[in-house]
Amino acid sequence: MPEDAVNKTPDAMTDFEKIEGTIGENLIHNPKFSTRNVDVFYDEKQAIFNASLDIGHNEVIALIGPSGCGKSTYLRSLNRMNDTIPSCRVTGDLTLDGENIYSKKMDPVLLRARVGMVFQKPNPFPKSIYDNVAYGPRLHGLARNNAEMDEIVITSLQRAGLYEEVKDRLNEPGTGLSGGQQQRLCIARTIAVSPEVILMDEPASALDPIATAIIEELIDELRENYTIAIVTHSMQQAARVSQRTAYFHLGKLVEVGETNQIFTNPRHELTENYITGKFG
Amino acid sequence: MNNTEIVKQSLKRRYAKEKRFQLYGKLAVLTGFVFLALLLLDIVTKAIPAFETTEVQLTIPLDRNSLEIAEDATLDEETLRAINYGGLIKKSLRNMFPEVRKRKDKKELYSLASSGAEFDLRDKIIANPELIGGEPLTLWLKADDDIDTYYKLQKVTSRISEKQIAFVQTLQDNGQIRTSFNTTFFTASDSREPEQAGIRGALLGSFWTLLVTLLLSMPVGIAAAVYLEEFAPKNRFTDFIEININNLAAVPSIVFGLLGLAVFINFFGLPRSAPLVGGLVLSLMTLPTIIISSRAALKSVPPSIKEAALGLGASHMQTVFHHVLPLAMPGILTGAIIGMAQALGETAPLLMIGMVAFIVDVPGGMLDSATVLPVQIYLWSDSPERAFTALTAATILVLLGFLVVMNAIAIYLRKHFERRW
Repeated sequence: MPEDAVNKTPDAMTDFEKIEGTIGENLIHNPKFSTRNVDVFYDEKQAIFNASLDIGHNEVIALIGPSGCGKSTYLRSLNRMNDTIPSCRVTGDLTLDGENIYSKKMDPVLLRARVGMVFQKPNPFPKSIYDNVAYGPRLHGLARNNAEMDEIVITSLQRAGLYEEVKDRLNEPGTGLSGGQQQRLCIARTIAVSPEVILMDEPASALDPIATAIIEELIDELRENYTIAIVTHSMQQAARVSQRTAYFHLGKLVEVGETNQIFTNPRHELTENYITGKFG
Repeated sequence: MNNTEIVKQSLKRRYAKEKRFQLYGKLAVLTGFVFLALLLLDIVTKAIPAFETTEVQLTIPLDRNSLEIAEDATLDEETLRAINYGGLIKKSLRNMFPEVRKRKDKKELYSLASSGAEFDLRDKIIANPELIGGEPLTLWLKADDDIDTYYKLQKVTSRISEKQIAFVQTLQDNGQIRTSFNTTFFTASDSREPEQAGIRGALLGSFWTLLVTLLLSMPVGIAAAVYLEEFAPKNRFTDFIEININNLAAVPSIVFGLLGLAVFINFFGLPRSAPLVGGLVLSLMTLPTIIISSRAALKSVPPSIKEAALGLGASHMQTVFHHVLPLAMPGILTGAIIGMAQALGETAPLLMIGMVAFIVDVPGGMLDSATVLPVQIYLWSDSPERAFTALTAATILVLLGFLVVMNAIAIYLRKHFERRW
């Protein structure tokens, strides 16, 4: 936590000081998302310190780290969800396909249509399953008639692996589904607007192992068409679904690398401590 | 002594404490319930007589001679209106008690019938002119309120004399006096005579006043709440506004009445005693209630729903109108209805703007002079005639009935529109 850094408890201070810059391959060639020197503040409190990270096309990148390390804050700054928090301020260069996300020209509504988000807690609207998925396309006018809308809803549900389970009850409330189904409904809702990137903030943390496995399989399939950034607390999950992994600690980006390398041969002492379970 | 024993010892005390606390709670509930029951019992027992009215059977001669109409006169409305109906009733009473000779006794005899009885008779004749020239008409007409009170309650008061008691006894023996359902209470407006007084005027006055209040305070209140809760920047100025709204909710209602008098009547020149002004004043009073409850309802919508909509690319406004507002609607409606119920029961501010006047006409719109139910209760409770006690209680019952219905609607709306997520 950044305030630990300010409070200067001996342990945290040493840890905070240990992180001098980011180790590993944080920058790549031809990225989808490119972020440079990102600082995020909540009022006076700094939550992210000088993070630079690229996210490539059609890759799944896992953001890991102990609670309060700033990984969710970083994720939410990628589609300007932090705009909804009045005290939050983001500085640095963040670009999507070379366009500056935080420039005046970038409309946050359009940005969020391009960069979808799945949240930690399944949050379907208290409407029917159909309306949940159709809401985004309706907002943006993606379907010209009912047949097209049906098509979008059914394909989205199919790609989220939910269609077979709900095809007979599309008009029943989405909130009546089980937790895992609700989360897949939220994923279907997100992909219905055909975003380019999907941000996932601990999408499986509220689910049982079976539902988690289904979601993970789904993420793997979605990679063909989307770029995915996933925040997770489960290192097994990070290892299973991602190609690259970024480790955050105390608001700093400590280490980035191929997932295999991070989990088998971490270069930073803090990364090693975290993945071996010494803290976190 | 080990820990288990220490815990065991303290357990007894803890359970006793809990039991005592529950007992206090039960006592409090019981006390409240007893007071409520007493209040209701008192009102209902006092109100019951108001729903009955005493009538006296009179036989009215209808030959043209008695009516003082020329044999060849046409029976147009003017002629019919000119008939001395009061005289007819007096004549009929004299015929029933031929032994009464003295002037003073006659006066007491005449006071058996209500002073409004002649108008009832007139309306009956004008509606059926073919009766004229035929057989004498036997009909039931309203008794005077003192006779009514005496006959219904069988209680001798200072307002009724020995003679009158004897007259009533004779009528009773002949089966010429009875009680029937008091329709006048629901069809007439205020009157100086209790047996002719009703709540129709006050009821319609309340209706028009509440209509103005509803049309003003609901949209303004909800719009203000949505703006303050969802759109307004959080700074000192909005904090200042919020504090002031909370303070307004605690301002004594009579102050709003003074404000209404100064601004709406004296400055803008709106008519006195009009439901429009009453509604405006009550809107001022209800607005803080609606704004506060609407903001609470908006605040209770889970942020995850907002985030879901924003994350899909909905604009701020779309998020609020597609998701937040519908989810908050049951709470908002409940608050609004409770605010309206408050406005329905409000008396003090309306006294200030002249809705306390004695108004016999039924208001036909928001600009006519009118009074409202609670003010009518206040007016009648102040009247010396004994029969007004029952009318007051009956009006309270009607008002309570409306309040219960409104609260029931609020509960229904909350249950019906509540959605789970």
